[in-house]
Amino acid sequence: MLKIKNRFNAERDISGCGLCGIINAKKVKTNGSDIKKAISVEHDRGNGLGGGFAVYGNYRDYAELYAFHIMYDNLPAKADVEEYLRKNFIIEKEEPIPIFRTSKIYDHPYLHRYFIKPKSDRQDKLFHELGDDDFVVNSVMLINQNYDGAYVFSSGKNMGAFKGVGYPEDIADFYKLEEIEGYMWTAHNRFPTNTPGWWGGAHPFTLLDWSIVHNGEISSYGINKRYLEMYKYNLALRTDTEVITYILDLLIRKHRLPVRIALTVLAPPFYQKIDKMDGDKKELFTALRQIYGSALLNGPFAIVFGYSNGMVAMNDRIKLRPLVAASSGDFTYVASEEAAIRAVCPSPDMIWSPKAGEPVMVEFEEKKVPQKGGLINL
Amino acid sequence: MTKSSFSNIQSEYLAIIDHNKCVRCKRCIQNCGWGTYSFGGDKIIADHSKCVACGRCYTYCPEGAISIIKNPTRIRENANWQENLVKNIWRQSETGGIVISGMGTTFKYKKYFDHILLDACQVTNPSIDPLREPMELRTFLGKKLSKLDMEIDEKGEPVLKTKMPPQIELQTPFVFGAMSYGSISLNAQKALALAARALGIVMNTGEGGLHDDLVPFGKNVIVQVASGRFGVHRDYLNSGIAVEIKIGQGAKPGIGGHLPGEKIGVDISKTRMIPVGTDAISPAPHHDIYSIEDLRQLIYAVKEATDYEKPVSVKVAAVHNIAAIVSGIVRAGADIVYIDGYTGGTGAAPNIVRDHVGIPIELALAQVDERLREEGIRNEASIIAAGSIRSSADAVKAIALGADAVAIGTAALIVMGCHVCGKCNTGNCSWGITTQRPELVRRLDPEVYGERLYNLISAWSHEIQEVLGAMGVNSIESLRGSRERLRGIELTDAELKALGIKHAGL
Repeated sequence: MLKIKNRFNAERDISGCGLCGIINAKKVKTNGSDIKKAISVEHDRGNGLGGGFAVYGNYRDYAELYAFHIMYDNLPAKADVEEYLRKNFIIEKEEPIPIFRTSKIYDHPYLHRYFIKPKSDRQDKLFHELGDDDFVVNSVMLINQNYDGAYVFSSGKNMGAFKGVGYPEDIADFYKLEEIEGYMWTAHNRFPTNTPGWWGGAHPFTLLDWSIVHNGEISSYGINKRYLEMYKYNLALRTDTEVITYILDLLIRKHRLPVRIALTVLAPPFYQKIDKMDGDKKELFTALRQIYGSALLNGPFAIVFGYSNGMVAMNDRIKLRPLVAASSGDFTYVASEEAAIRAVCPSPDMIWSPKAGEPVMVEFEEKKVPQKGGLINL
Repeated sequence: MTKSSFSNIQSEYLAIIDHNKCVRCKRCIQNCGWGTYSFGGDKIIADHSKCVACGRCYTYCPEGAISIIKNPTRIRENANWQENLVKNIWRQSETGGIVISGMGTTFKYKKYFDHILLDACQVTNPSIDPLREPMELRTFLGKKLSKLDMEIDEKGEPVLKTKMPPQIELQTPFVFGAMSYGSISLNAQKALALAARALGIVMNTGEGGLHDDLVPFGKNVIVQVASGRFGVHRDYLNSGIAVEIKIGQGAKPGIGGHLPGEKIGVDISKTRMIPVGTDAISPAPHHDIYSIEDLRQLIYAVKEATDYEKPVSVKVAAVHNIAAIVSGIVRAGADIVYIDGYTGGTGAAPNIVRDHVGIPIELALAQVDERLREEGIRNEASIIAAGSIRSSADAVKAIALGADAVAIGTAALIVMGCHVCGKCNTGNCSWGITTQRPELVRRLDPEVYGERLYNLISAWSHEIQEVLGAMGVNSIESLRGSRERLRGIELTDAELKALGIKHAGL
């Protein structure tokens, strides 16, 4: 229980961080060496207590299955969880996550992955009519809360999170990311102020296809958490990042808000700006704030948020954390520091510092290119 | 009235006049609403038994010649037979009546707000400077949709599909609590209305109808419907920004009200729609609400009468089972629930009720907010917390415990000069607040005190902005219900659990 769950009784985990993201809008794949190089430039933004990556497009052969990455503290926990999985899921394939033992990463949990889909006649159907996604979310929360010594850290389709305790460049070696290919990568270097050696606390934090890397502290954590609890989200991890993931899940998947609208919930315009909007728009944004006031993420943050359709990077509403974006052909880069981008893309077509609360959005296929000021025309 | 000469009860206060300083201007005689002072041919004479320590005389004495002191002659001390108990026995044995007082309880109960500490940012997240960054206090009261219902139009622009239910927009999360015309003077109400309009907040008519002079302030007025239905008619319901159904009041849960006939002059008679000189008696219950389903009918009757354009608020006193009660009220269709704690004020209440019935607003509020969240209906209604909000710190703590806004009653009267003497029921208020005597009412200038009310609420709003900034958030909704920013001190586990907060240090 020490390694993968929060050992301190803190309400939440506090950390400062560095982050990076690379996306190819045409889904051209690259291996993990670029993202590793970029995040290693931000070495000093972390303290060796957490590093991680999310990659999209890496499980092409199992693209229709949920890829569960699970950390285990002990083997009995593995047996218990697998019993649950067997009862409720069809397990197409399972295997240990390939790792490379390095001197930099020692004392790691047992890491296993499963490619699964929910059974159509699962027991749960006696009580609910949950869709597969909802059932997977429930299962992830159930395992993370009720199964001591087990923690699901990735549960999406054709994507995966690879994370742990250590500097991100060492974590990259540990998981052999240079052998993995994907069309979108995010990375995180963590500087926690407590909970040393906590594998579950490393970023990215994921749920289904959502993955979040996050730099900052959500000063409104208390109310964000209580708001989510009203919708039966169980905040087992007690991290700020978990809150962001669940809010996006609620807004985009459950409330079916377009991504750009969901983002304005996280960092809404100030009333002084809303008051100057014209009739319909003013009404919409006022309603947005009235309804989702408790989901506003207040306090400093920069996040890079990956999902099946693309990537978003954004800051809090008064930009209290650094974030730089650049584009070069079909590639878009975001990072905490310009140097990280320049390390892998020395002369981008365009490089800029996104404004407070103004997301940089890149979507696949639709051939949208990021523009200064983001894609949002609100 | 008991004749003082026949009473065992000693004067509580002594009005001491320094005759060397006194210039015999007789202002004290004019100013005292209680008839304490008279002129004895060559000097001012004070009848101590009439003094209530309302502070008017020494405030207006040009020479500073008056001091009001506690009567040093005390009943002999006994921790069990305390002075107020002994005096009440005498009072009741003399009159055979119920002991009645104004204002909130004078008992020294634990004040939970004073045992709650606020958080601030250090290092890991930055505090925000309210002098340089926007700091939003705007608050909307009313039912909120649980999710945004929108669609994308042909131009690719998002448009709202379902209209939001009606809201009260407040520029700062304060409202003035319900105080009726009758319990307070028209000038006091005017001061509240002027301030509410200038501040972009609302005042509340209480159960006294809406005087013609206040009709132009409609956008800043909540009109109340209580068990006596005084002054209620169709135009009245539509003249405010919202309608409040009053079920109970913190100072006197479970009982009604009584405005004695001598206070019902022509103006009040017209506003309340009752004959001059008749007692205005508000029954303990609404006689058309004997249960929750009846409340639902009244809520919807009011909504029908106002074309569903006004939020409907329901005001209740904080009693033992408040969480379940409020849940029922929300499910009955209320858009706002106003919860009044046991230390809330009143124009008149029996002491036995005022001092012994109800529970603290802090605990009630915490439990209500928690219950509504558990039931997934917190968005269905806004919560106003009341019951002696004494400072902006109390307001911040109430909001962090889960209130959308707080109501200010006694504090607003203190602005107008009230010294909380607790004698509102007598109608002799020297400050012109809780009186209908024209010579006393006249001295309360609505514009002067409207401005002071404006000052107070502005000052408190600035203080809230400072605290928000220190906590690193720039919008009041990020504080609302954020109990993680609160810690308890000197509280038991049971108290912490009821408040839903951790002890300091944890």
